[in-house]
Amino acid sequence: MNNQPVHTEIPIVSSAEPSSLRLIMTLGIAGFFSGLILVSAYVFTLPLIERNKEEALQAAIYRVLPGCSRYDAMILKNGELVKQDKNAAGQSVSRIFLGYSDSGSVIGFAIPASEPGFADVIRLLYGFEGTGKVIVGFEVLDSKETPGLGDRIFKDKHFVSNFTALAVEPELEAVKTGAKVKPNQVETITGATISSKAVIRALQKSLKEWRSAIDAYVQKNQLTYNQRP
Amino acid sequence: MNAIEQSGRAYQELIKGIWKENPIFVSVLGMCPTLAVTNSAINGLAMGLATTFVLIGSSLLVSLMRKWIPKQVRITTYIVIIATFVSTVDLTLEAFFPKIHKELGAFIALIVVNCVILGRQEAFASKNPPWLSFLDALGMSVGFIIALLMLGGIREILGNGSFFDISLFGSHFEPWVIMILPPGGFLLLGFLLLFFNWLRAVRLDRAKLEAEKVKVQHG
Amino acid sequence: MGDLLWIFISALLINNFTLSSFLGICPFLGVSDRVDTALRMGLANIFVMLITAISAWALNTFVLIYAPYLRLISFIIVIASTVQFVEMVIKKFSPDLFKALGIFLPLITTNCAILGLALFQTTKEYGLVQSLFYALGGGGGMTLALVLMAGIREEARILDIPRVVHGTALSLIVAGILSMAFMGFAGLFSSK
Repeated sequence: MNNQPVHTEIPIVSSAEPSSLRLIMTLGIAGFFSGLILVSAYVFTLPLIERNKEEALQAAIYRVLPGCSRYDAMILKNGELVKQDKNAAGQSVSRIFLGYSDSGSVIGFAIPASEPGFADVIRLLYGFEGTGKVIVGFEVLDSKETPGLGDRIFKDKHFVSNFTALAVEPELEAVKTGAKVKPNQVETITGATISSKAVIRALQKSLKEWRSAIDAYVQKNQLTYNQRP
Repeated sequence: MNAIEQSGRAYQELIKGIWKENPIFVSVLGMCPTLAVTNSAINGLAMGLATTFVLIGSSLLVSLMRKWIPKQVRITTYIVIIATFVSTVDLTLEAFFPKIHKELGAFIALIVVNCVILGRQEAFASKNPPWLSFLDALGMSVGFIIALLMLGGIREILGNGSFFDISLFGSHFEPWVIMILPPGGFLLLGFLLLFFNWLRAVRLDRAKLEAEKVKVQHG
Repeated sequence: MGDLLWIFISALLINNFTLSSFLGICPFLGVSDRVDTALRMGLANIFVMLITAISAWALNTFVLIYAPYLRLISFIIVIASTVQFVEMVIKKFSPDLFKALGIFLPLITTNCAILGLALFQTTKEYGLVQSLFYALGGGGGMTLALVLMAGIREEARILDIPRVVHGTALSLIVAGILSMAFMGFAGLFSSK
């Protein structure tokens, strides 16, 4: 690099007043190359990004529906649950997932829910078995709850175990730790009551939104679920 | 200027960003990413590396094209160049490191408005040859990474009892949760700057004392 | 309606744009030594944020579904031109206001709170009305933080504090304490 010029102050442009055409040209060329790079980066990374998203979703669904190995995305159409058309898959419609086991029998629905928690909105996914009307699994997708307190809604094994066989009828009920006697009761976390209750509210809200459609779907297709051990 | 002086200058441009003109501890620039993502060492490092890629890439490009960019549209051109690099980094991270991408979220895209990057284009790369611009960008990036790692490391050690997710103190340690929450970012950087202020003040005092001693001896 | 109120209060207090999400730290540390300038800066910010929220929503809905890779660039260009446009309009119709806001407007272009607003409203998938409430809350939150900070710094000027505690170090420590105070707003919406 010895033949490099070493004067620091090289004037940025040599001509005094460049024409507007030149200004527009410069921006146009910069924009053109930028667009070219962006499009190629996008085309190159898109399949990977889509696969990552799909894998993350799949992993979450498999966790909240134990025994699940295949699923269909379902959307509401005229108040009825129908399979989402794969080609028309848009992110903006709210969807739930119907999970099947290896043998093809229905395991249950994986349903997303969200509700403002202690700090920010808590987003979660839970597994719901339609005939027995029980929640069979639960996973927090996104939360900013306080580390050490509110984050126990997904780190505290005892709290998470609330949701392995939780009856949703007559309705979800919050009780103190150790006070659970009925299958529809949830033991809240001491020191994180607000976060625990936010989780329960999220479940209630989401159940209210989806229950009638799910019940109708179960009746119409006469679904029989796997007997859980 | 001869070869020795030249390599001396190159060395100066490289080294200044690391300490003397450290973008965070001395110039106090680019605060948003610095404070927002440094709740763990790995996040700090990831943000540092992403910024490094953008800074070095755009510095090189701006320096190569410095003679063709009319000065009336220079800022816009720089921003287009920077935004292109940032979008590429954003997509790459999302494709290959989805976990880190989720943690850093929109703050990767916010690298665009990190004043350190635009600042280096305007103050250095637009006036200097590619080789020196590269060294300048590299030095600044190393300084930026050191600062982010320091903040992220200290916050993770105190706030979570771990360093790069490796638990340090066992189960007896009660973490200072506040350190990984937003106030911890403000407070830690505040106290670090305070410490550097104090160092500087001590050094200044000592120099003054020396000078007076000399005066007394001569007087 | 409860949803909109949550969005507004969340950005204003619970997850305050500046003190909890770290957006707009530059003006927060830079232009916060006098209450009246801080207030003006804040108001200019709210104004630009509202316009940005509308433009970002329009871009997201009508343009970017076809070309999502242009998101960042188009946001920046829209913000920069919005600021320039707002500057010209204000200059023409209200020279007084222009004098008051004048120097702050160009500064807003490189303010990460504006781009942050556009990006966050995208990831949160807000509609137009939600975005407007988000902008109002975020801008209001920034203004609140700026004015509080400026008030404290005005007082600090006449306080007897150690000489090494000055400038940014002092501001950051004050910001840390303010941020802790704002953490008290957490749970505001869920303590039923």
